[in-house]
Amino acid sequence: MRIAIKNGRIIDPASGRDSMGDLYVADGKIAAEGKTDRVIDARGLIVSPGFIDISARLREPGFEYKATLESEMDAAVAGGVTSIACPPDTDPVLDEPGLVDMLRRRAKVLSRARVYPIGALTVKLEGERLTEMAQLAEAGCVAFSQANASLDDTQVLWRALQYAATFRFPVWLRAEDTSLAKGGVAHDGEVATRLGLPGIPSFAETIAVTTLLELIRATRARVHFCRLSTAGGVELLRAAKREGLPVTCDVGIHHLHLCDRDLGYFDANCRLAPPLRAQRDRDALSRGLEDGAIDCVCSDHTPVDDDGKHLPFAEAEPGATGLELLLPLTLKWGEARKLPLAKTLARITSDPARILGVAQGRFAVGAPADVSIFDPAATFRVAPENLKSQGKNTPFLGYELAGRVRQTLVAGNIVYEA
Amino acid sequence: MQRNPQLNANGELQHLLSIEGLPREILIQILDTAESFVGVTEREVKKVPILRGKSVFNLFFEPSTRTRTTFEIAAKRLSADVINLNIAVSSQTKGESLLDTVANLSAMQADIFVVRHASSGAPFLIARNVKPHEHVVNAGDGRHAHPTQGLLDLYTIRHYKKEFTQLRVAVVGDVLHSRVARSLIHGLTTLGVPEVRVIGPQTLVPAGVESMGVRVFHDMREGLRDADVVVMLRLQNERMKGALLPSAQEYFKHYGLTPEKLALARPDAIVMHPGPMNRGVEIDSSVADGPHSVILPQVTFGIAVRMAVMSIVAGN
Repeated sequence: MRIAIKNGRIIDPASGRDSMGDLYVADGKIAAEGKTDRVIDARGLIVSPGFIDISARLREPGFEYKATLESEMDAAVAGGVTSIACPPDTDPVLDEPGLVDMLRRRAKVLSRARVYPIGALTVKLEGERLTEMAQLAEAGCVAFSQANASLDDTQVLWRALQYAATFRFPVWLRAEDTSLAKGGVAHDGEVATRLGLPGIPSFAETIAVTTLLELIRATRARVHFCRLSTAGGVELLRAAKREGLPVTCDVGIHHLHLCDRDLGYFDANCRLAPPLRAQRDRDALSRGLEDGAIDCVCSDHTPVDDDGKHLPFAEAEPGATGLELLLPLTLKWGEARKLPLAKTLARITSDPARILGVAQGRFAVGAPADVSIFDPAATFRVAPENLKSQGKNTPFLGYELAGRVRQTLVAGNIVYEA
Repeated sequence: MQRNPQLNANGELQHLLSIEGLPREILIQILDTAESFVGVTEREVKKVPILRGKSVFNLFFEPSTRTRTTFEIAAKRLSADVINLNIAVSSQTKGESLLDTVANLSAMQADIFVVRHASSGAPFLIARNVKPHEHVVNAGDGRHAHPTQGLLDLYTIRHYKKEFTQLRVAVVGDVLHSRVARSLIHGLTTLGVPEVRVIGPQTLVPAGVESMGVRVFHDMREGLRDADVVVMLRLQNERMKGALLPSAQEYFKHYGLTPEKLALARPDAIVMHPGPMNRGVEIDSSVADGPHSVILPQVTFGIAVRMAVMSIVAGN
């Protein structure tokens, strides 16, 4: 299928292009001008490389009551997301090549967004024995992670980083000191104190980051820090990059916009891991994403069913739906910081592509033709009936957000049309 | 921020979930109403017909004898029908969810739910899910709030000290885990107490508590100096099992209220305790039973305060 996307505002963050024009797609790739079977009129719309979400839980296998691959892939392409990296905390855990293979096949059959599984770093995520990383990588794992599971044993962590570094496999970790976080459900500060919620101090993150940075110095492992939540964490990563350590990091859309005050009267939709922190942390995360201390933003999409949320705050399951909010909330961030659109979109296209090591996220001729066409001014209300994801819980329920996707292309095929 | 879920569209008390965020006028209304009920509790026939025909469900998801009993007495003195449900040992252990339990009881025509739960915020969740004519009264949720205890503490202070605007109040002990302390602090600051002090070791003082309008002291002698009111908090034995405190003996030595330490407070200081007391852990028996102690009057006032709260919410 050969498609011409005409008269749109084409933004390619990787090259810095931001101009009116036409984009051609042929044989699944970005093409130079040529013959076309179909024309998409993109007048008044923005034509961007498809969005890359480096953390979205699809809940398969094991948690199909929360979400299925099909429902979440629908949500992804409706949100303009064309590539997804998914954490290994499924049931069973993604710690065997067979499971990874099955997930990729299932995703391929659905032929919507591309799925990049992240393998478990340790067997069953138990933090004791290493997985067969090389075989998992052959099966398609792009990195290795503990997801939200703890890895208390620093000896195991050291060995895991050494082993991963041997094969140059990236390791993705959320930095949180397990014993400091134990029992905590909210940021240890004024709000948690007022609400009587057990707290997780900020230094649960900075201590874990500091430990990891030492291990990175020793092993030269490539580590991606997932879901930074504190101002101190951002500063440590900024310094580590200046030092030349092989590190990258991301922030989730929730932490970019919200803080512990948003818990209000125990809003269980604000029960997230890591917890929403103080306003100054949120401001530091927002600034860090702008100046490059933080590489990219992700949805941290975690569908939770109502039974998991209609509970007292501390008993509620952490997580929120996010795939369909990635674009609008990234646009909202860019607008608040008065950034050019190309720079804003880089954080969900070329920057995550660099972390994943994939060829998408750019409009060079010959690159995979993953394209999101959206109306930046069209608004919608965040409400359960407006979300395709099976997860309907988000702290942004009731928000009016701008940025609606009109068409999504993956490998040159139209996989979503509004 | 959302509208305060405790107030109805007219700004009246629909539920009592927390003292935080309640206007001064409502606190005074409750205290004044309680005062009118103290007379009732001293009469030979200790009943008024205010809640006749109404059903009060005592929903205790966490075991309690004293608070449950005082709510029961208060409801009965208002002529309500009282149903006690000890859910800690029934449906919750069978896996029924909190909201299912409440929906079932609601189908049995409840008017007031008195709720105690181990999880902070549980009464807010229930209040969001009950019918418009039903009222929720928080009888203690996790570490968050115990508003009727806070109100009876305020009542006791007003009874003995008359005015709030000249007082120094010291709250001593395990503030970290104390819903009583949180509720009382909000009440005191709302009613204009100029100096509220919190005294305890760092391990038992929660992060950022100063933002609630208190001064923090780690030295009890310093913190008690010239206090008009001393509120001792209960220290649970399990606090000694972790890394919060080394032993009851050491705690008593530094944070137990003894006659010597009490002598640093104002000569007419009153000593309060929400109960149940651990004699020899947070308070010396000679203080608990001594002339400054108003611990037993607190219990009596507690019934009048709970009558006031239930009659006010049911009338709104």
